[in-house]
Amino acid sequence: MSDLINVSNISISFTQYVQGLNQRELKVITDLTLDINEGEIVAVLGSSGSGKSLLAHAILGILPHNANLSGNMVYKGDVLTEELKKELRGKEIALIPQSVNFLDPLMKVSDQVIGECADEAEEKEKRAKQRAIFEKYGLSEEVDDMYPFQLSGGMARRVLVSTALLSNPKLVIADEPTPGLDEKSVEETLNHLRQMAADNVGVLLITHDIDAALKVANRIAIFYSGYVIEVANASDFSGEGENLLHPYTKSLYKALPHNGFELTKGHQPLHGEIPVGCPYYERCPHKLENCDKERPFLFPIDENKRVRCFKYEG
Amino acid sequence: MLDKQKILKFLGYKLVRFAILLVVVILLSFILIDMSPINPVNAYISNMVASPEKIAQLEAYWGVNQPITEKLLNWLGNIIVGDFGTSLIYRTPVLHVIGEKFTASLILMLTSWVISGVLGFALGVLAGFKRDTWVDKAVKVYCYILQSAPTFWIALLVVMVFSVYLGLFPVSGGVPIGALSQDVSFWDWLRHLILPAFTLSILGVASIALYTRDKLIEVMSTDYFLFAKARGEDGWTLIKRHGIRNILLPAITLQFLSFSELFGGTVLVEQVFMYPGIGQAAVSAGLRSDVPLLLGIVIFSAIFVYCGNLIADILYNFVDPRIREGEENG
Repeated sequence: MSDLINVSNISISFTQYVQGLNQRELKVITDLTLDINEGEIVAVLGSSGSGKSLLAHAILGILPHNANLSGNMVYKGDVLTEELKKELRGKEIALIPQSVNFLDPLMKVSDQVIGECADEAEEKEKRAKQRAIFEKYGLSEEVDDMYPFQLSGGMARRVLVSTALLSNPKLVIADEPTPGLDEKSVEETLNHLRQMAADNVGVLLITHDIDAALKVANRIAIFYSGYVIEVANASDFSGEGENLLHPYTKSLYKALPHNGFELTKGHQPLHGEIPVGCPYYERCPHKLENCDKERPFLFPIDENKRVRCFKYEG
Repeated sequence: MLDKQKILKFLGYKLVRFAILLVVVILLSFILIDMSPINPVNAYISNMVASPEKIAQLEAYWGVNQPITEKLLNWLGNIIVGDFGTSLIYRTPVLHVIGEKFTASLILMLTSWVISGVLGFALGVLAGFKRDTWVDKAVKVYCYILQSAPTFWIALLVVMVFSVYLGLFPVSGGVPIGALSQDVSFWDWLRHLILPAFTLSILGVASIALYTRDKLIEVMSTDYFLFAKARGEDGWTLIKRHGIRNILLPAITLQFLSFSELFGGTVLVEQVFMYPGIGQAAVSAGLRSDVPLLLGIVIFSAIFVYCGNLIADILYNFVDPRIREGEENG
């Protein structure tokens, strides 16, 4: 397996006006480091509304224009600049969005899936391909001429997945593909992702559904208050959770219904509440001397695992 | 295919509403005029000297002293058979006057309606597309100035610049002054139309441009626009495929809904340019107590504005696929 994309030290912030002309920086994602290999599924797991989607938008280069992005991204050995992102998105890097709201309500499904065509030959080719992919996902010919509002939830989901596959992507970013779906559709969606990985496509799964993440992902990055606090193998989430490193990940694992339902006091610090030191300081049972003064880096443990905790430094 | 029954139901409903609207407009305007100091006899004799006997005779002839219900029923009975009475200032049947004036105004209104619609939409799209650049700011400043300036003042400025200083167009009138109607060429007529149409157009641009701009910016922040971008669509293609598609219908609807403003603007612009249209006729009828003409114009302008709203409604109900096909399925 070789590295498909390397994201290092990404921070995303918004400039916000508070009380008149006073500005403040609202950091949504801080110092995010992540890598995805070909044929691998990496899940980014975090609570809803924590800004995980922005990571997807940052990789695709479609952040809103008032967002500030810093850090490095390397795609297949090339620095991922805004120009390169523009070139790659919709081709090598594809997005599977959350819901049917991401389809143009006034355009027939097939028309938007194939996109703009330069000439008739191109259109014909793309239509044939679109039909083949739709067929593969069990979408009958009628669906081609439907408008998004006519799709059922499951159909919409499959249309969104097919959209991503039309361009033979190398990297697929699935942004919250499971919420609101019944168990069968969730399983179906996850199968699609597995299938992609089997075709050697790298998949970035952004989700707050820990079950879904555990089912398909090879590795899971845990998101806490805008920080990735641990990158663990999915297999580490087993037994007593003894292979998990960060205290938050451990408590998260223990909070699962079948692992004891144990709750940890407190809540994730919101934007602006994040302490100078470790974001988990308040709730951490193993506080060290410098934890509230200094913020730990995301230390690499081995090739796959990383953790943001002084306990594992060095 | 559209459901015939559904269309019939829709139109029937609209027809009932139209009838109610007309009745209310007729009643209100009739009562208002009856309460006003307007007196048709005074209007008729205007500056002539008339003996009290003569005046009494005329009053009896027009039924000035009848109770309002009787007057109203009389008049209603007449308009139902298509007799709107005779205009007191033009001394011809009201329908004839309205027909002639409306045609003149309709050309004026239609040209400016189309021009302002197309131009306003284009400017709005441009401003929204180039949001926060100097292009956007220029369009916005232009629109705010026009939105806040009184119509007649803009019309006066246009006359001063193009007619008085540059001498390109005639100052006023619908045809050259003193020319016989058979001598008036198409070109003469066109030359008189250009300035009022131009004034009305640049005035109409503001609201549609600002609306289009806001709508486009709204669409540009939607999820489907973002996803289209993520699929690699970009720049003008993106605007064309997903932006314009989604704002065109509301923009056209708005433009049809603006018939009332268009009518109001026409009244003022025609007044400044002395353009012999329905607006000017309405003002003269009001100022010179021409009751039959005034009531006739009120009714016809209500019909005109209603038609605009009706078209907007039809567009909304039958063109949008979400509503069209959605109800078909459901």
